[in-house]
Amino acid sequence: MADRFAATLRTAREVGVGVLGAHAADVDQSSRFPRESIDALRAAGLLGIVVPTDRGGGSASLTEVAAVCRELGRHCGSSAMVFAMHQIQVACLVRHGAGVDHFEATMRRIAERGSLFASATTEATTGGDIGRSTCAVVPDGHGGFSLTKDASVISYGADVDDVLVTARAHPDAPPTDQVIVHTTRPTLELRPTESTWDAFGMRGTQSVGFQLHATGSMSQVIPEPYADVLARTMVPWAHLTWGSLWLGIAEDAVDRSRRYVRQLARKSPGVTPPSARKLAEVYAELLAVRAIIDKTLELYESTKADPVSARSFTTSLAMNSVKVYVSTRTRAIAESCLQLCGLGAYRNDSEISLTRHVRDLFSAPMMIHNDRLIDWGATTLCAMKDL
Amino acid sequence: MARVDEIRSIVAEYGRLGVDVGQVADEDSLYSAGMTSHASVNVMLALEDHFDVEFPERLLHRSTFESILNLDQALAELLDQ
Ligand SMILES: Cc1cc2nc3c(=O)[nH]c(=O)nc-3n(C[C@H](O)[C@H](O)[C@H](O)COP(=O)(O)OP(=O)(O)OC[C@H]3O[C@@H](n4cnc5c(N)ncnc54)[C@H](O)[C@@H]3O)c2cc1C
Repeated sequence: MADRFAATLRTAREVGVGVLGAHAADVDQSSRFPRESIDALRAAGLLGIVVPTDRGGGSASLTEVAAVCRELGRHCGSSAMVFAMHQIQVACLVRHGAGVDHFEATMRRIAERGSLFASATTEATTGGDIGRSTCAVVPDGHGGFSLTKDASVISYGADVDDVLVTARAHPDAPPTDQVIVHTTRPTLELRPTESTWDAFGMRGTQSVGFQLHATGSMSQVIPEPYADVLARTMVPWAHLTWGSLWLGIAEDAVDRSRRYVRQLARKSPGVTPPSARKLAEVYAELLAVRAIIDKTLELYESTKADPVSARSFTTSLAMNSVKVYVSTRTRAIAESCLQLCGLGAYRNDSEISLTRHVRDLFSAPMMIHNDRLIDWGATTLCAMKDL
Repeated sequence: MARVDEIRSIVAEYGRLGVDVGQVADEDSLYSAGMTSHASVNVMLALEDHFDVEFPERLLHRSTFESILNLDQALAELLDQ
């Protein structure tokens, strides 16, 4: 187990240095899908690591996937985000679809071909509120369904094979009675509703809107209630894979700052450069982010098998708090690094440029808006009897 | 007022159901009727205030708030003590 994981991490580092890092600046400048990176991750077998070994995958745990995300984040934030979003979907399918023929076959396909998965939760009518849907699964009366969603954001939608979509369970269901539907080509059609994605950061994710239309068999609906999938898998996997890749981006920013400070120190031995003091402060913050991620991963691994504790207030609050904390702290770390390195980091075209790092990390607080999570945490804290 | 009716009026006020509470039977799922987990916390706070009880940590999970019947059973236990 440990050997297999060490090998996976080594592969991630090789692909990260050799491919992601080599194209990161161009992906960012041209605002394009990181095709070379995703192809390389697929070729290295990394897209299928979450699929159980007896279905051809690597049975990777969240802790292992998070470590890969962190490594990839050091080289290209957008590619790492695509990788993370894919693995979150695969984890939902593996943990909540196992035993159903359709999902068993899909798992084998992911392991074999490295099919790329995307997510369509955000809807034009409900925005970032993932707890409500407007679109509905419409049964055709013969075991099939059709589904149409005005999906205002589906990252890399133009390049995917499969999309997990949230929708109301049936046409009469209230907005909160949701299910997750697995939609796949060729009965999945994605018509872009916008032609360009020209954003501040995470420019490689190509997060544009689509009109999604899909048909299929009712067996493509994940059988467990959405609320369970959300609390037990989607939220912890999203917050901890994202958090880990944000940590990777921040680590690279700190590492670039370290190189800068070291150059200064070598020029004047005996005199510690003032920016080295700032680096020491930033380093402590980085350690705090690492610690909270590691602790929350431990909490997840120790509660994941038990539906009750995985869904307790304490666990849910931890999963949301880690996202709020890491998204704001990593951004602050990158900004501090930018200040301490000065003009060299401010330029787009220098060895120690940090503009991409800072811009990418600005998306962190709004990917599932922190305001929503804090609002939820505030209510929950009022209800808790014990911390 | 019978206890279930008191529960019903609190669910009506704070449960943010997608339908009228009158259409929901005691054993029906409140979540399927549109209550979010966020709203269920507010229902709990209102019940605590109204019945002057505290829902202990062990009752703070989804199934306690699943239906009016489950809430009634939880309250029966809490008021008994
Ligand atoms: C790079 C990137 C990639 C993405 N990829 C995908 C994807 O592949 N699939 C997908 O479905 N979605 C995707 N999203 C969307 C994402 O998950 C969120 O839905 C989206 O970022 C939220 O956008 P918003 O801030 O406009 O919306 P909202 O969350 O609706 O928030 C709008 C405003 O309302 C305020 N607000 C909302 N709720 C509260 C509250 N309770 N208390 C206080 N203030 C509140 C917020 O401050 C915010 O300013 C992506 C987003 C980004 C940035």
